[in-house]
Amino acid sequence: MIQDDVGLDDYKSIKEKRTIKMTNEKKQELDALCLHFRRTLIDILHQKQTGHPGGSLSVCEILTDLYFNDANITPENFGDRSRDKIVLCKGHAAPMLYLNLAEKGFFPKEALYTLRDIDSILQGHPCSKETPGVEASTGPLGAGYPLALGVALADMHDGIDAYTYAILGDGEINEGVVWETCMNASKFKADHLISILDWNGVQLDGTNAEIMPMGDVELKFKAFGYNTIVCDGHDVSAISAAIEVAKTVKGVPSIILAKTVKGKGISFMEGKNTWHGAPIKDEFYEIAVKELGGVQ
Amino acid sequence: MAKAIRDVYGETLKKYGETNENIVVLDADVSSSTKSAVFGKAYPDRFYNCGISEYAMMGIAAGMAKSGKIPFVNTFAVFLTTLGSLAARTFMSYSGLPIKMMGGYGGLSDAFDGATHHALEDIAMMRTLPNIQVLVASDAQITDWMVKYAIETPEPMYIRLSRDAAPDCHPADAKFEIGKGMVVKEGTDVAIIACGLMVSTALTAAEQLAAKGINAKVVDMYSIKPIDAELIVECAKCGAIVTAEEHSVIGGLGGAVAEVLAKEGCAVPTEMVGMMDRHGESGPYKSLLKKYGLDADAVAAAAEKAVSRK
Repeated sequence: MIQDDVGLDDYKSIKEKRTIKMTNEKKQELDALCLHFRRTLIDILHQKQTGHPGGSLSVCEILTDLYFNDANITPENFGDRSRDKIVLCKGHAAPMLYLNLAEKGFFPKEALYTLRDIDSILQGHPCSKETPGVEASTGPLGAGYPLALGVALADMHDGIDAYTYAILGDGEINEGVVWETCMNASKFKADHLISILDWNGVQLDGTNAEIMPMGDVELKFKAFGYNTIVCDGHDVSAISAAIEVAKTVKGVPSIILAKTVKGKGISFMEGKNTWHGAPIKDEFYEIAVKELGGVQ
Repeated sequence: MAKAIRDVYGETLKKYGETNENIVVLDADVSSSTKSAVFGKAYPDRFYNCGISEYAMMGIAAGMAKSGKIPFVNTFAVFLTTLGSLAARTFMSYSGLPIKMMGGYGGLSDAFDGATHHALEDIAMMRTLPNIQVLVASDAQITDWMVKYAIETPEPMYIRLSRDAAPDCHPADAKFEIGKGMVVKEGTDVAIIACGLMVSTALTAAEQLAAKGINAKVVDMYSIKPIDAELIVECAKCGAIVTAEEHSVIGGLGGAVAEVLAKEGCAVPTEMVGMMDRHGESGPYKSLLKKYGLDADAVAAAAEKAVSRK
């Protein structure tokens, strides 16, 4: 199975397994938030002329579902270990993380437009020391994953019933440390580590197939002892359903293989590695704004 | 009575682990060598053998440190500081997570395993990373203090241990402090600033020098970062300095001392005893130390040379 033809049967079976269906109201609310985040993202990245649009757009629904639906994280409970944790291993999607954190109230929304500025609290890649709400400093790909496992293992040891969500990129899983972490997660039965792969099929230099073909990704994770769940990574109700299923699996770690599109929502960016980290010029900005129905 | 530093370390970790539930210990399939297994046997629920996955082990330790644990991460110093370096930089240095990197088998002490297993650049590599304290254990007593200090101090640190036995070089009532060195023998003609097992080697060299009428001061510079600049300036008053370390002469203790001498404007003739920008080989530990110029004879010769340059 290659990444281009996975998932929909599995996804349907997950939908049938759901016990709590996301209400239409909730779905509409999350979809509206995602649209708002996409519009603001493009506006910020256009203004700053730096930052990563492609992977931020593909991970939008994943992060938004976690922060506004599935994960128990607020500015008020952030100092409490019993809350859930979210580690954005693919740290280059920092702008989408910051949009979520600002919306949650971790810091004022005005700070969003200081992204990558000198003296800004918003670094190019997430910095746990500078930015309220950031779980871990990530950016060196792969490094955040064992950290997420360490958090999950510490919680497990202390009997804390919280989930740690680790969001990986599909280029990121080229890194050997990802697979080292998988071995450890299986060995230590980290069933409260829920990993989510932002499976957009494209990395910096080209497609996964061109740069580093990973073969059967789902089978690889299964071989490392993981429970795998494939879903549509741009459908918040599907992501939520997959998380619900993952939580029912005991004794092994779960990974949700969320099928996404790099640059999702902006036609000329979709599936294009050239928009991994390219600055958004004025003419492209105009088209993007039009496609997203204006700027908020 | 000299004890192997790794044995002291294993027992010490177990001792403090009994009263501090937050201590967790990680190893990468060499726990019987590093002696972290002594802790593992006593407290199996706080011991994580991560297999041969050093990078992941460091990341897991970061997550545990973030959760309030005190993670001691163990493997051979050469692997810990190379395979673990990105996690050390990102999570210890940049993020400030208080991981305790315990570099076993420092220097040439994994003698027979050869150059691939010798740790001769670890101090230099770790010393360049902001916010990471670097300590080198010279005997049993100071090893105990370093473990205790690491537990009590919520800072990231790299502590270099050794496989081998070191003669006791500190009195039982010695008081150690971060950022300080310890004068283990007073002297006026030349100051030998050493770390690790080279401290006892320097004491032997000082006896040889005394027979030749040279009164050498010997310092255990166990805290390489932060370093005791005041003591180095004091040492310079001898008019000649020798640094002695089981490490490359580039960037380690010798480099750190030279930086202080230059910055303080008190440079005096200085000789560096260490690995001369090269790799080692397999062989008995003592033979290696002799061949590569890291024994008492070599330290004494360096001291004489430094004195002659006054």
